[in-house]
Amino acid sequence: MLLQISEPGQSAKPHQHKLAVGIDLGTTNSLVATVRSGQADTLADDQGRHLLPSVVRYRADTAPLVGFDARAQAADDPMNTIVSVKRLMGRGVEDMRRLGDQLPYEFAPGEGGMPFLKTVAGAKSPVQVSADILKVLLDRGCASLGGELVGAVITVPAYFDEAQRQATKDAAQLAGITVLRLLNEPTAAAVAYGLDRASEGTFAVYDLGGGTFDISVLRLNRGVFEVLSTGGDSALGGDDFDHAIAEWVLQQMGEVKLAQGEQRRLLDLSRAAKEALTHNEQTELSFSLLGQSWQGVLTREQFEQLIEPKIKQTLRACRRALKDAEVSTDEIAEVVMVGGSTRVPSVRTQVESFFGSKLHADIDPDRVVAIGAAIQADVLAGNKPDAEMLLLDVIPLSLGLETMGGLVEKVIDRNTPIPVARAQEFTTYQDGQTAMAIHVLQGERELVDDCRSLARFELRGIPPMTAGNAKVRVTFQVDADGLLSVSARELASGVETAVEVKPSYGLADGEIARMIKDSFGHAQEDLEARTLREQQVDADRLVEALQSALAADGERLLTVEDRAVLLQGIEQLKRLRQGNDHVAIAKGVEVLSLASDEFASRRMDDGIRRALSGHSVNEI
Amino acid sequence: MPISDLSGNVVNARTNGSSTLVMTIENNYFALFGLPETFRVDTAQLSDRYLSLQKTLHPDRYAHLGEREQLRAVQAVAHLNDALSTLKSPLKRAAYLLELKGVDTDASSTTVSDSGFLMQQMALREQLDEARDAVDPLLALEQLLQHTEQLRLQLFGRLEADLASDDPAAAAQALQTLRKLQFFDKLRQQIELLEDQLADL
Repeated sequence: MLLQISEPGQSAKPHQHKLAVGIDLGTTNSLVATVRSGQADTLADDQGRHLLPSVVRYRADTAPLVGFDARAQAADDPMNTIVSVKRLMGRGVEDMRRLGDQLPYEFAPGEGGMPFLKTVAGAKSPVQVSADILKVLLDRGCASLGGELVGAVITVPAYFDEAQRQATKDAAQLAGITVLRLLNEPTAAAVAYGLDRASEGTFAVYDLGGGTFDISVLRLNRGVFEVLSTGGDSALGGDDFDHAIAEWVLQQMGEVKLAQGEQRRLLDLSRAAKEALTHNEQTELSFSLLGQSWQGVLTREQFEQLIEPKIKQTLRACRRALKDAEVSTDEIAEVVMVGGSTRVPSVRTQVESFFGSKLHADIDPDRVVAIGAAIQADVLAGNKPDAEMLLLDVIPLSLGLETMGGLVEKVIDRNTPIPVARAQEFTTYQDGQTAMAIHVLQGERELVDDCRSLARFELRGIPPMTAGNAKVRVTFQVDADGLLSVSARELASGVETAVEVKPSYGLADGEIARMIKDSFGHAQEDLEARTLREQQVDADRLVEALQSALAADGERLLTVEDRAVLLQGIEQLKRLRQGNDHVAIAKGVEVLSLASDEFASRRMDDGIRRALSGHSVNEI
Repeated sequence: MPISDLSGNVVNARTNGSSTLVMTIENNYFALFGLPETFRVDTAQLSDRYLSLQKTLHPDRYAHLGEREQLRAVQAVAHLNDALSTLKSPLKRAAYLLELKGVDTDASSTTVSDSGFLMQQMALREQLDEARDAVDPLLALEQLLQHTEQLRLQLFGRLEADLASDDPAAAAQALQTLRKLQFFDKLRQQIELLEDQLADL
C-alpha cells in the first residue's frame, strides 16, 4: 500500500477513485462502459453480452422486459414492445403524424403535447421507455463495479435539438442517474479514437447509427478536442435502410396493405437481409401475408440503389459541415467511422470517395461511443484533475427569438462553442406597452413556422414609456450539456424574468418529481434519505475541494487570517455533516461557498495569468 | 443587428440562488488574449491562446471541485467564447474596436448614403440572379465571388487605416466602411446559399 503523506490541516483521506460510467443510449443498441485501472471498456451482462438491444416489452402486472428477450418477442407482441424509442424522444404529436405508417404503436395524447404509447402496462412516454433502458444499464454498472456511482456521462447525437436533449436528461433523472454531462456521440468517438492513436490534426467523425446521423469536424491539438462544426439529421439512420427494403418487398408482392401488427415481422426480415448483404452479393427473402406467400432475391446492387438517396443526404450534411468549419476535404487527415450502419459497404465507399481520405473503423463502431463517454465520465467524476484532455463542443442548431412579422432573429449561431452566454437588446413598439412576449426558437430558417418552438414567456411590469424607449435585454445561456436557459430584463426598471427552457415535448418538472416519487413506491422516508445523502455528498465535495485549493494556493493567495476563517468554516461544515439535518447541511454548504468566493476568484485570475505567461512581453 | 454582446456584462448575468457571483476576469477582449488593440490580429496566436485559456478556465477543469467553482468557470468560458467569436470575425472585430472608441455601431443609427456604392450592390445582386440561369452556374458564381472578394479587400484596407487613426472623422469613416462590408457579407451568404442549392441538385 502507498503511504498517504499529508501536512497538518490538509485532507488525510486517501484519494478515492470515484465510480462513474459512460452510457451510449442508442436507437438499436445501448451500452455502458467504465474506466478501470486506466483502461476503458464496455461492461457485459451476466451472460457475457455487451450490447443491450434498446427494446422494451411492457407486460401487465409485472416489470418490463428489456434487451435481447424483448427484441426476440417484438414480432409476437408488437404493440407492447417498443423498438427504436430514441426516434420519438423530444418529439411532438405532429412529428409522430409525419412518421405516420412507420410506427406500429397506438398513441395517446399526453400532457403538454407529448405523445404517450399505449401498452398493457398503461400509457408510456418515450422518456419513460428510455428510463427503463437506462435503469438496466445503471444496474449493470453498479453490479460490475461493486458500488454506488457518482454519475454517468450519457451520449446524444450531436444534431439532437434542445427538446431531444432535455428529454434524454429527463429520462436519466427518472432512472435515478446523476448526469455528469450530455456528450455528443461523435465527440465521444473522437475521444476514444484520438486518445487511442495519439493523433493530432483535423479529422471528421461520420456517425451513422440506427436512427440518427451526425457528422462532426474536429481539431485535436495538445489533448484538446475542439469541435469546429457539426451537422446531420436526427431522423436518418439504418432503420431507414430497413424501411426501404420493406417497401421494396411490399412492392414486389403487389402493393399489399400491411396489418398493423405485421410490420415488425417485415422489418425484422428486412434488417436480416440488410445485414446479409454486408458480406454477400445477394440474399433470399420470403414473407407471407394474409395467406399470400412470397419469395424473392435482393441483390446488393438493388439494395444500394434503394438506399442511394439516404446516403446522398448524409454527404450533403458533410459538405455543409466542412464549409462551416472552413476546412477542405484535403485538410481532413482521417475519417472515423462510427455506428452500426457504417458496416454497409456502399456507405463506406461513398464516404471514402467524398473525403478522398482513408477511413478508420479499427475500434468496434458499436462500442467506440460508450468508451469515449466512459473516459470523459472518469474526468468529470474528478478522478483526473491533472488530465490534459479537454473537450470543446458546439451547439448544432442556431437559437433565436421571434421578431415582428413572424421572423426569427438569431441570437446564437449554430456551431458556436459552448458554454456560451449572449445578450440581445429589444425595444417596445407601442406607446405605454407594459409587457413583452418572448418566443424562443431553434433552427436555421428565417420564418418562425419553419423553426422549432422551444418556449414562450412574458416579461411583465415594464413601466409605461413611449415606443422604442424601453430597453429589454434578453440573455441566452447554453451550458456544457447544450441546454438553454433564457432570461429577460428591462434595463431602466430592472424588471426581470427567467425561464429554464423546457420544450413543450419534455416533461414538466412536477411530472418528473411525481414519477420519481412513484418509482420509490410510497416511502417518503426514502425521499428524505436521498435528500440527506445528496446534501452530504455536496458537503464532502466542497470540503475536499477547498482543502485541496488551500493546500495548493492558500499560502500564496491568502492572509493568515483569511486562511484561518476558511479552515474554521471547514471544521464547522464537517461537524454539521455528521448529523442528519439536511437543511442545516445545505445552509452550511451555502455559507462556506460564499466565504470562499473571493479565494476562488483569486485562483482563477492567477490561472489566467499563468496561462498567458508563456508568451513573451514583446508580443503584447 | 444590435451588437449588445460586446458589453461584457453577460459575465455577471447569472445568479445562483440568492447571491450574484462577482467576476474579476478581464472585460476587454484584446486584453483577455494579451493582444494589441488593432484591427489586424494574428489568428494563429489567437487560437493558440484560446486553447491555453480554455485549459485553465473550462468547467471540466473544476470537475473535482464544488458547484460554485464550476459555475464561475462556466461564466468565464462563456465570456471567453464571446471574446473569441468577436475577435475571430473581421466585421465583429471592427465593430468592437469602434465600440471601444465610443462609437455607437447600432445598425439603425447609421445608413449607407453613398449612392455609387448602392448602385454597385444592385448590379452585383443582378449578376447573382443571372448566374442562376448561366450555362455553367457554378463557374459564374465562382467569378462573381472572386470579383466581390477584390472589392471587399479594398474596403478592408481602408477600414484598417481608419481604425488605426485617433481622428473622430476617421472613426465615422470606418463605421461607413463597416456598413458597406456588411452588405458584402450578406451578398456572400446569398452566393454560398445558391452554391449549396446548385450542388444539391
